[in-house]
Amino acid sequence: MEITFSLEGKTLIIHLIGELDEHASEYARRTMDSALEGRPYNAVVFDLARLAFMDSTGIGVLIGRYKLIKKRNCPVYVKSPSPTVHKIFTMAGLYEIMPII
Amino acid sequence: MKYLNEMKLTVKALSQNESFARSVVGAFFAQLNPTLEQLDDVKTAVSEAVTNCIVHAYNKQSGDIDIFCGTTEDSLTIEITDYGKGIEDIAKALEPFYTTCEDGERSGMGFTVMQAFCDEMNVQSEKGRTVVTLVKKVSKAD
Repeated sequence: MEITFSLEGKTLIIHLIGELDEHASEYARRTMDSALEGRPYNAVVFDLARLAFMDSTGIGVLIGRYKLIKKRNCPVYVKSPSPTVHKIFTMAGLYEIMPII
Repeated sequence: MKYLNEMKLTVKALSQNESFARSVVGAFFAQLNPTLEQLDDVKTAVSEAVTNCIVHAYNKQSGDIDIFCGTTEDSLTIEITDYGKGIEDIAKALEPFYTTCEDGERSGMGFTVMQAFCDEMNVQSEKGRTVVTLVKKVSKAD
């Protein structure tokens, strides 16, 4: 998988691209943690438009990053999940902590 | 059970095989002409089962994962077998958000996702052998 970042004003957009499973999880954690530590932002959006696949390993990865971001008191959002990823988000109650925009 | 077609695959318990396993099962399932959503459901469920084998059954040590698939006219049966440590308490393991990995970032949603994305799920486990059986039915929309 690939992860890229962009800033829109003070909102950090994290673009998740490809497949987020157990195999990609360590790379995903390391890459996002390093970006979340080093950049100024006051909100974070996970852009899932190009996330082709995610299983429940992804839930753990995203909740872990959510906890990190919340330490800065920043809101977290998601956008453009695929129908299958949307089902996983709904099942895990993830939209309650990171609403869809 | 008599199947119209069958497939067997054995992969090492390595995380790079997750994508391979779900793609192979997905390609086999495509013979039943499923919807895109049904195909994604099966790939996600297989990924969960294979991840369980790697992370829990073998604790990231070496081992084999056997995958059997059989089709009827309108359903796919998938059996995923590992020869790892087994599940001590299956009822507990099936509870949403339950995980035995306290130190990691495990969601504990693997079996919940498998149950939700398939029409049937059965788990049989003893020390040295766990079999997860999933059935996905294909609804003929047209």
